[in-house]
Amino acid sequence: MHKIHRYLKSLFLLELLKGLSVTGGYFFKRKVTLQYPEEKTPISPRFRGLHALRRYPNGEERCIACKLCEVVCPALAITIESEERADGSRRTTRYDIDLTKCIFCGFCEESCPVDSIVETQIFEYHGEQRGDLLMTKEKLLAIGDKHEKTIAAAREQDSAYR
Amino acid sequence: MIEWIQTMFAMLPEAVQTVALILGKIILIVIPLMLSVAYFTLAERKIIGAMQVRIGPNRVGLAGSMQPIADAVKLMFKEIIVPSGSNKFLFLIAPILSIGPAIAAWAVIPFNAELVLADVNAGLLYVLAITSIGVYGVIIAGWASNSKYALLGALRSAAQIVSYEIAMGFALVGVLMASGSMNLGDIVEAQSGHAGHWFIIPLLPLFVIYFISAVAETNRAPFDVAEGESEIVAGFHVEYSGMAFAVFFLAEYANIIMVSALTVVMFLGGWLSPLDGILPESILSIPILGFLLGSGIHWFLIKLAFFMFTFLWLRATFPRYRYDQIMRLGWKVFIPITIFWLLLLGILILAEIPPWFEG
Repeated sequence: MHKIHRYLKSLFLLELLKGLSVTGGYFFKRKVTLQYPEEKTPISPRFRGLHALRRYPNGEERCIACKLCEVVCPALAITIESEERADGSRRTTRYDIDLTKCIFCGFCEESCPVDSIVETQIFEYHGEQRGDLLMTKEKLLAIGDKHEKTIAAAREQDSAYR
Repeated sequence: MIEWIQTMFAMLPEAVQTVALILGKIILIVIPLMLSVAYFTLAERKIIGAMQVRIGPNRVGLAGSMQPIADAVKLMFKEIIVPSGSNKFLFLIAPILSIGPAIAAWAVIPFNAELVLADVNAGLLYVLAITSIGVYGVIIAGWASNSKYALLGALRSAAQIVSYEIAMGFALVGVLMASGSMNLGDIVEAQSGHAGHWFIIPLLPLFVIYFISAVAETNRAPFDVAEGESEIVAGFHVEYSGMAFAVFFLAEYANIIMVSALTVVMFLGGWLSPLDGILPESILSIPILGFLLGSGIHWFLIKLAFFMFTFLWLRATFPRYRYDQIMRLGWKVFIPITIFWLLLLGILILAEIPPWFEG
């Protein structure tokens, strides 16, 4: 009896018609497409995008060349060299991040004791030559200066959980 | 100006006049056909997109309306790469062999009572013969490419088309029995009267089998094992690029429109209005409404559009059949059902069941 029932069900294409009605229903549903350059998804404050080096409000760079980020970096993308500055403080002379190696894990940001190296919410960037993706200290500081407001706002939003 | 053209035309020898008229009609069929093929590709992307809760192409032109043109331009400027191990002559002739029949079959399709290029009495046989030639394009393309994927695709497609040709042929025999004619125009005329007179009602199983076989014949999803991009890359046209590839595409879509048109002509009363024979003359003589409700080419196009939509609907819904399941369906399900229904149909016709088989 069960067999006959199943045979008739497949003979009259009942299951196929059910499938057609499902797709036919979705035909009229509201579309979920996001039209990218005009519309964007909201970005979390914890988003891990392009790197930046931050400064204190008085203009002094935060990085103290502790090299924790260099050590923690699983992709070995960070290279740091440091020297004693004239005022006796330890500062970096070289702070390179090779973005072609970077895996954007965010460990550098987590390890930083002074919140210097951060990952911003910027994700739309490109390099036209290989060297463009090799970020130097100057470039990183420039990004930090340019986007300090959004970087600070994102840290502020997430401060309760840090 | 028009008079001058007419007098000049009348001065030509009679043979030239006939040829010029036929060529004109061919152009009148082929150009709208190619345009509808181009926009059918856009409709496919839009409709399948909508069924997947996406929007589909909407950047080129107003709401994506220039997308087919952009695609065509891109394909025309691409290089046609001929593999070094291929048979070059066959490789290049294969796309032509597949689009030729797809267009030639349109010669006998009646768009309305007068609009038909060739009013052949054996129209149905002609269609069957011509559409079967289309498979050569696929087989030759697969063989000439000298590639294992292409050859596998071609073999699958050949076996599949041959198997479904039989079920399709039997379904058409049912139409022949019901209408008593092979002329496609006469087949439509035999269904005149309101929608209840259409052959879809007495021939419902044959209609379903015909339509499914048509999907299989045109190598469309869910029967697209010849292409089978997840198993054999792109099947018979892996090695094709540029316009040679585009011609295969045009042929596939022209075939879809063709089998949809055949379905409409044979089972849904072609250009006949569903209200034909019910409406009194007084309504039919109202200027625009009367034209819209009366029989005419617009009814043919509406029904055609529905079946073309169904092709896309099927593609959006069903996963690809396994190869052995396709063979099982064709040989062990469709053929027995069609034969059974032909016997039953013979009894119905002998019993002269109205409204289809009276007199």
